[in-house]
Amino acid sequence: MNASPTAFSSVPPAPALGRRETRLVRAGFIPLVDASILIAASELGFAATEGLQLDLVRDVSWANVRDRLAFRQFDAAHMLAPMPVAAQLGLGSNPAPVVTPFALGRGGNAITLSVRIYDGMRQEAGLSGTADALACAKAFARLVASRKAAGAPPLTLGVTYPFSSHNYEFRYWLAAGGVDPDRDVRLIVVPPPITTDALEAGAIDGFCVGAPWNMMACERGVGRIVAAKQDIWPLAPEKVIGLRPDYIEANEDTVLRLLQALDRSARWCADPEHHDDLARILALPQHLAAPVAILRRVLAGEFCLDDKGTLRRIEGYFRFHGQGANRPSPPQVLWIYSQMIRWGQASHSAAGEVMAVSACRSDLYDAALGPNAEQELDPSLFAVTPFMDGLVFDPANVMAHVEAAAIRQQGHVIAGAPSE
Amino acid sequence: MESLTVLVIDENQIRASIIERGLREAGHERVILMSSMDGLLRRILEIDPDVIVIDLENPNRDQLEHLFQVSRAAQRPIAMFVDRSDSGMLEAAVDAGVSAYVVDGLRQERVKPILDMAIARFNAFARLQRELVDARNALEERKIIERAKGILMSSRGLSEADAFALLRQTAMNEKKKMADIAQSVVTAASLLL
Repeated sequence: MNASPTAFSSVPPAPALGRRETRLVRAGFIPLVDASILIAASELGFAATEGLQLDLVRDVSWANVRDRLAFRQFDAAHMLAPMPVAAQLGLGSNPAPVVTPFALGRGGNAITLSVRIYDGMRQEAGLSGTADALACAKAFARLVASRKAAGAPPLTLGVTYPFSSHNYEFRYWLAAGGVDPDRDVRLIVVPPPITTDALEAGAIDGFCVGAPWNMMACERGVGRIVAAKQDIWPLAPEKVIGLRPDYIEANEDTVLRLLQALDRSARWCADPEHHDDLARILALPQHLAAPVAILRRVLAGEFCLDDKGTLRRIEGYFRFHGQGANRPSPPQVLWIYSQMIRWGQASHSAAGEVMAVSACRSDLYDAALGPNAEQELDPSLFAVTPFMDGLVFDPANVMAHVEAAAIRQQGHVIAGAPSE
Repeated sequence: MESLTVLVIDENQIRASIIERGLREAGHERVILMSSMDGLLRRILEIDPDVIVIDLENPNRDQLEHLFQVSRAAQRPIAMFVDRSDSGMLEAAVDAGVSAYVVDGLRQERVKPILDMAIARFNAFARLQRELVDARNALEERKIIERAKGILMSSRGLSEADAFALLRQTAMNEKKKMADIAQSVVTAASLLL
């Protein structure tokens, strides 16, 4: 169904010079800090230098982004890393083939609970203000258990999309503490821009979304961050650029130019000296429409954990470039696949692994960037980078990771929607 | 043929009622409108719809996607998916700004008229809105031209017809819209007079 991974091996490392006609690339995005590379590529002329007119269209839901890419309203899209994987596996509504030649960096998520729930956890478990992600998860589990014993209704927690790092990370955190995300709490989907309002109104008790929405809730005094993405697993994938395989076939040169533009933009975004400018661009109403001061602190990884000014600085909270942040990574995709299996979205098979990994088009990344291409995420890192509960992920043994988890969906497996 | 239960989720209540009317005229008696997503799962279980129509401007669309995953996990009988057997129709739907979810197993020929109708009404609604915006702009333009005319008449002692002719001639000479020239006159007057 897709181009073979070697289809572009004959393409020279850099697009041929001399063909500088402007070509229009329409790209959809969701207002999040991890759209930075795409936004900067359009705003700062990195795309124009490559002879591309990169038009950005802000959208309101991931399902829209998926459908508008599938039906050619978009040529490229800011996507959750699990979305191309789900697409290649034929999971979810309207699965049409999508692949990624470029990852938009790592990091950016966090889990925020309402101040009321957090205070409950402190009372229940004598939690200190500097407790780590695992201690917070265990305290949360105690609160959930005591609420259950008292006959209180289950807590409601928000994520952004069924095939999202947020869904898998929130579930990981919950299960690591001893909470079954499908039985002990209610997981619902909340659009990121309204998470703070939903938390304040008591419609949800916590959420896991991307920046800057966690910090917005904390600064408004309604939420408390209890875990960052880095605490759960520092190597976890986040957002990617999604393209249709048929678009790649028909627009090879444009795709290679787009990847060069994104690479330059990623390097620019990664330089802390540019973060004042980046924050200003992101803050614009057509982009994130969020306060520039908060965006500036988000980019620096400076977290206000609560409204009392408890600060925490997370090194590399956003990694826009470097350490394989842009190169599509098959091991990360296999981790996504493992979580789909763990939570009953997919079943395991060798063919499934191959289909999941077919979402990664690092061959295009290499073809576009040649000697400038980033090295693959060091495979030896996986063995020495544990999750918050001490487990590791061995890409060579997907099921070992699934089976090592005490809490997971047992019994039935959900069939994907019929694709054709 | 038994009539289908159609749930229309649209934050735009006017558009939702236009769709509702179309569906009723087509003989669908069970048409339910929802403009807020509160208690969505519970409502869907109560309503037990055969088809869900949702507007694409609705940020809560991802909630539906999630719901179908969750409900499948719970093995409730509301597994739904977008019917992919007619991708041309789906493409037209996305172009029009609407999407649909259909109960697993529901036959294509029963769904198509519903989605076709929704697409037509969404397009008609968008056209109406465009016309409204155009009409509003035209009114604004007429207002600004009137003001510019008044300024020219009082500051240069022109007749109304001459003031209008001067604006039109300048617009033609500068290859601009008359409203733009009129706007410059008004701006200049506010600075100079």
